[in-house]
Amino acid sequence: MSAVLEVTDIKKNFGGISAVDGVSFDVREGEILGLIGPNGCGKSTLFNCILGQLTPSGGEVKLDGKLVTGLRPAELNKLGVSRTFQLLQVFPKLSVRENLILAGQEHQGNMASRLVGRSDAGLTDAANQMIGFFKLDHLADEPAGGLSYGQQKLLDAAMAFMGGPRLVLLDEPAGGVNPSMLADLKERLVAINREKNATFVVIEHNMEFVMSLCSRVMVMAEGKVLAMGRPDEVRKNPAVIEAYLGH
Amino acid sequence: MSGFARPLKIALGLAVIAALIIVPMNFNRYGLFILSQWAVMSIAAMGLNLTLGYAGQVSLAQGAFVGIGAYASAIMTTHGWPLPAAIVVAIALSFAVGWVLGYPALRVQHHYLAFVTLAFSTLAFLVFRNESWLTGGIYGISNIPRPHVFGLATNKPLPFYYVCLGSLAIVSVAVWWLIRSPWGRAFMALRENPLRAQSLGIDTRRYTLMAFAIGSALGGVAGALYAPLTQYIDPVPFNLSLSLDLLMMVIVGGAGFYFGPFLGAMIAVLLPEWLRFTEGYYLMLYAVAVMLLLIWSPTGILGILDRYLAERRTKAASALRAVAKSRLETAQ
Repeated sequence: MSAVLEVTDIKKNFGGISAVDGVSFDVREGEILGLIGPNGCGKSTLFNCILGQLTPSGGEVKLDGKLVTGLRPAELNKLGVSRTFQLLQVFPKLSVRENLILAGQEHQGNMASRLVGRSDAGLTDAANQMIGFFKLDHLADEPAGGLSYGQQKLLDAAMAFMGGPRLVLLDEPAGGVNPSMLADLKERLVAINREKNATFVVIEHNMEFVMSLCSRVMVMAEGKVLAMGRPDEVRKNPAVIEAYLGH
Repeated sequence: MSGFARPLKIALGLAVIAALIIVPMNFNRYGLFILSQWAVMSIAAMGLNLTLGYAGQVSLAQGAFVGIGAYASAIMTTHGWPLPAAIVVAIALSFAVGWVLGYPALRVQHHYLAFVTLAFSTLAFLVFRNESWLTGGIYGISNIPRPHVFGLATNKPLPFYYVCLGSLAIVSVAVWWLIRSPWGRAFMALRENPLRAQSLGIDTRRYTLMAFAIGSALGGVAGALYAPLTQYIDPVPFNLSLSLDLLMMVIVGGAGFYFGPFLGAMIAVLLPEWLRFTEGYYLMLYAVAVMLLLIWSPTGILGILDRYLAERRTKAASALRAVAKSRLETAQ
């Protein structure tokens, strides 16, 4: 299996504090990699450096072997890297369907065809499919801002898949989602992972969710990689128990 | 504006269009001037609604773009160019200047952006006033000709009103198309959540600049019609207070609503005329009316309608749920 994403010695300093301190890892095609660690250990900062939301202070990011460090988020998205957010990031006044069409439209045609072409950029069917897939049918025409927290989380995840990404970085997708919806979400993610051969990196605090979803888990502490391996290996690692899991 | 049945909406729209064509036929010169002014200001306000209401970029410079369009039109038509050519130049010029004015918006937002655009507005006014070799300075430009349309002179008020109304119709259709297109959706994404927009591949830089440029270009169109409407321009009408007036039209009508600018321009242009019988008090009454409206509904007049329709939908939905629930209970 080849590496979709290779991260080499990424560093990010804020003033005198190094939030991410020389992190290296790779993500193999088709895998679901879990990323865990205590709050403030640099997981989200690492995501933001990979995705171009922050400029890393050092190190490099390669996508399919090509150097993409410093590309803007929109450019990376065009290359097939998508994400969800820890805090809710939907477009509250647009309907659920419009949110999904918006999430895919920049992957259709060019600027000119998006101006003179169809108003839905030919995505209504794809959006409806995604709505069905995430069981949001009864909410399709509701403004996204009126949905419950868990439903907005589902929408946020659904939006990340509209552009047909190869690699999706999910930042705490399970946070604040109730257990039955969580089971749904896991099932959806596994299905997309298998059917579309999409590769995931998932930040999550819900251990049960991570351990059952991911093929490998990376543990971070204080801006560094503490451990990397299969879920059962990581769970037994004494350093990980000390820093994060507890006795 | 959902909630109305589609045929009803179409009938209402046709009735308004018919009224705008037929009713003014027996208006006097002054009435026609006011109505033409409404059409021109609606175009400028629609441009600002695009920049501010849809794309969420604050601008206090729309009046300056009306000025740029007006001067381009006045200078060209007094030198023998036809009005359509002048409109094209006005659009190109205000589009280009608007694009450049969009660059600060890539760095600053909200009230900081308001100050940047306010400074631009003042700068434009100084150019209109001081560059008298081009603009005629404080003496302005007079004897601006009105165009011939299909060989018909539009010197009289009624034909020129139809020129303004026709232009408004063309601009309305274009804007309607634009906001329904993926571009319109991307503009709303800039307003609602630029961070998320970026992560979905939306080139926020390009769309921000486009929102400024297109909104400004519509200001230019309005100006290009304003010059032959008044047939005389000087710098005063294009100072900051026009930008503020246009901002008020957008806010009062309802920013981000398609019909907001039409309504806002109607109130800003017509209400002072209707309140004229109160003599010296009309500006005060007008000011109080605007304040009360914005306290009652910060989203403008169409915001009130939108709230009402949303409430009605919620009530209908809960009534349906209640019926479904009682059915379930009887079934058990």
